[in-house]
Amino acid sequence: MPHLLSIDLLLIAACAWLVIGLAGLAAPRKFAFISRFLFPAGAAIAFGVGVVALGSLGKAPETAVLAIGLPNLPFHLRLDNLNAVFAMLLGFASAGISIYGAGYFRKGEGTAPGLLCLEYHLFLASMLMVLLADDGYAFMVAWETMALSSFFLVTTDHRHAEIRRAGYLYLLIAHVGAIAILLSFAVMTGSAGDYTFAAMRAHQLSPFWASVAYLLALLGFGAKAGLVPVHVWLPEAHPAAPSPVSAMMSGVMLKTAIYGLLRVSFDLVGTTLWWWGVVAMAVGLITALFGVLYSTLQSDMKRLLAYSSIENIGLLAVGIGLALIFHAYGMNVLAALALTAVFYHCLAHAGFKSLLFLCTGSVLHATKERSLGKLGGLIHRMPWVAWLALAGVIAGSGLPPLSGFVSEWLLLQGFLFSPGLPHPWLNMVVPVAAAVIALVAALAGFAMVKFYGIVFLGQMREPALKDAHDAGLLERIGLVWLAIITLLLGVLPSTVISAIDAATRQLLGTGLADKMHEHGWWMLAPISADRASYQPLIFLVTIVLSVLIGRQLVRRFYHGRLRRTRAWDCGYYFQSPRAQDTAEGFGQPIRRIFGPAFRMERHLPSIRDERPVYLVKIEDHFWHWIYLPVARLAEAVSGLIVRVQGGRIAIYLLYSFLTLIVLLLVARP
Amino acid sequence: MISVSGIFAQLFAIALALVLAPLLTGWINQCRAWLQSRTAPPLLQPYYMLHKLFHKDVVIAHGASALFRFAPFIVFGCMLLAAGIVPTLSTDLPFAPAADTIALVGVFGLARIFISLAAMDVGTSFGTLGGRREMLIGFLAEPALLMVIFTTAMISHSTSVATIVETLAHRDFVIYPSLAFAGIAFTFISLAENARVPVDNPATHLELTMIHEAMILEYSGRHLALIEWASSLKLYTYSCLGLALFFPWGIAGGDSFPALVAAIPLLLLKLAIGGAVLAVIETANAKMRIFRAPEFLSTAFLLAVLGLLVRLLLETHV
Repeated sequence: MPHLLSIDLLLIAACAWLVIGLAGLAAPRKFAFISRFLFPAGAAIAFGVGVVALGSLGKAPETAVLAIGLPNLPFHLRLDNLNAVFAMLLGFASAGISIYGAGYFRKGEGTAPGLLCLEYHLFLASMLMVLLADDGYAFMVAWETMALSSFFLVTTDHRHAEIRRAGYLYLLIAHVGAIAILLSFAVMTGSAGDYTFAAMRAHQLSPFWASVAYLLALLGFGAKAGLVPVHVWLPEAHPAAPSPVSAMMSGVMLKTAIYGLLRVSFDLVGTTLWWWGVVAMAVGLITALFGVLYSTLQSDMKRLLAYSSIENIGLLAVGIGLALIFHAYGMNVLAALALTAVFYHCLAHAGFKSLLFLCTGSVLHATKERSLGKLGGLIHRMPWVAWLALAGVIAGSGLPPLSGFVSEWLLLQGFLFSPGLPHPWLNMVVPVAAAVIALVAALAGFAMVKFYGIVFLGQMREPALKDAHDAGLLERIGLVWLAIITLLLGVLPSTVISAIDAATRQLLGTGLADKMHEHGWWMLAPISADRASYQPLIFLVTIVLSVLIGRQLVRRFYHGRLRRTRAWDCGYYFQSPRAQDTAEGFGQPIRRIFGPAFRMERHLPSIRDERPVYLVKIEDHFWHWIYLPVARLAEAVSGLIVRVQGGRIAIYLLYSFLTLIVLLLVARP
Repeated sequence: MISVSGIFAQLFAIALALVLAPLLTGWINQCRAWLQSRTAPPLLQPYYMLHKLFHKDVVIAHGASALFRFAPFIVFGCMLLAAGIVPTLSTDLPFAPAADTIALVGVFGLARIFISLAAMDVGTSFGTLGGRREMLIGFLAEPALLMVIFTTAMISHSTSVATIVETLAHRDFVIYPSLAFAGIAFTFISLAENARVPVDNPATHLELTMIHEAMILEYSGRHLALIEWASSLKLYTYSCLGLALFFPWGIAGGDSFPALVAAIPLLLLKLAIGGAVLAVIETANAKMRIFRAPEFLSTAFLLAVLGLLVRLLLETHV
């Protein structure tokens, strides 16, 4: 047997996913076969992808050429440290999501299971190919496959008009983005016509054209990632999709866009200008603040999480911006710090956001309800889901000792160095941007408490919730796996950073690992221990020990007696579930404090109303100021074109004739 | 490497925090009573309260889940950890590299999340109201606190509390104008974070004005005792953090036992003065409406940003 390279193994995995998908298509009615065999097999392959990618970190790049596609235009593939990090993310996150999906997908819900199996595994394979692609052509083919397969997955329940609408919006913005990416590649290729990434790297661009390429890439990948103002598809598409698909899109697919942005801005363009970083940071800050503010106001649990994803993408863009600024001034160690924060946050977000989306899936199956106003008290009926969701909530709030805190900590450490920037006003403005990060993190905590408190805690808001059941075995395995990832990323930051350091070193020529090896594996001290250090294990051990020892001590010296009775509630007798905060009520302080950030339509009933109606509609400013005018313009233009399109064939022939004459006149030799 | 004397010093600091925290609360209550012409409760009243509460049966609501019962222990653990991190007597503690100031903010955040979730667990109107308001105060205070930390961190080129204290206390004496701004901002934030007047009133059970008390309405017995103790610990830790950042003189550099003991009287004096100042602030101000709290805390935030800008503009040579 010939020696197989890592890239070969990854290609085999992609093919195996395709085979699984086709097998599902071939046996569309054998539901047990698909859910009990094909999906777990896909999960096993995903796990293998993760392991292979992890193993290839720190090794020399491997390349491959696939002779498929157009004549003389083969697919170039390459596995280096940058895409290995993202392939690892893809593998480990989708292993959990697939095994959950095996237990989740049911018969008779929208798309037939066989077709769904094909779409799902095609989506996985195309994401892997996006990461591996080493020329613009292969990249775009994989990118479009990814967009289309995910479009069909989003519209699984295509009988609902709103879901079709969400899918259409997603497809539209995905293509606007794809055009921008294509143009960016074209700019980087120059006139040579060689679309390989190697040629793009070799091609020297003037600062102007390099900036054009960077901005196009920011727009194109930003449209996929959900950066403001091209974020509008995200809060529509994520709730519309089945939960494992939402988890996959939010946890993994958004990261392929981050990968693309990193690939272009740090690798392909070749030069870096400081204001690129400022643009990315400004867009990121706006996105993060926008996302988190809107997520605190949502009353649909999946929309809440979707806006929270926008927030996290914003934080990633801020990290990329900071790294670009440091890189432009040659401060590569600090750029490595910011970039490590970006990689870490990608991994952390893939873990905890997939976990939370999957938890909403279980809630959805158990209760048939997505609206926060009709949930509550599920910790009593769904203890597994509730306790695992708690891990996701803590990580999502960016709190120690779980994963979200590590990346936030690294990012803030990066900001602390920004006064050293050799630029007269950047060194003043950039540190204050850290305050926005702090605000976003604290608001994320607010949104997460709202999500968890309203869904899982309190009294059940509807009597039907009494029949809710916990997640099945396969679903639990998936959730536990993602929770373990979240925990490990939280408590072993140095180990993880030494693994992903190879990618940082590839992009910047320097990394953090050398400094970190001076300390033990339990200690995270990216620059020096005097400067800043963090030991999450001490956090975890101290808190766990004080819970256990505290309980024992109290029992030993006093007693452990406990009685149950009615809630006290300041002596108020008529306690009903409706006295609890609704989702809208919980968000009220935010509406009041950040009022101008929302486009709000409110109708409050007067005292004399026979049938009081209370209505608050929150809309997006961007939708109103950017998208609606564009849509109206498009409609007006189509109206004009309709006049030309009379419907009579003679007229059309006349048009052809006139065009021919004009062409002959213009193209006269 | 962690030494035996280091572990001893760490345990000593934590034990001291456990003992001193209720005493500080008792002292503040005494000062408040004197200033308001009331007969003061005994200095040891908080200990009697804790003892009584630990003895009492726990009575919880039918709908309370396990989270409700675990949360007091977790909150207490968080506060214990925080008290162990902030240097009170010595800067050379084994816990000192475990967390810097940013992680300290994270520990407080973790405690806040758990107490808010526990407040929402029983599903009463006051519980959710308290949880929501606590998170509101939290997200207003956290950015301001971080800006304060950034200012001090930029002076000492470190976010580690121990290094900050060493820079400010054990080197040449320099006056930093930026620290004045940061100090005022920190005072504002501490008032809000510790549920004191003018943001919240620790003595009220008037329904519409409660924040902290609304969250812990359903707690009783040992759970309530732990929460009260944790609140005292939080106030103690914030006081010690303020002292460490702005008045760090007197904190020992090593971990030898005589040095630790020698640092105690000065710590007690500083805490006593700090407690008296807090009592004066609480007596001189009225509690504000909840929707004035954002103004109060954004003032704190602006002061902290001013401190940062002063640092960046005027003190770059120091």
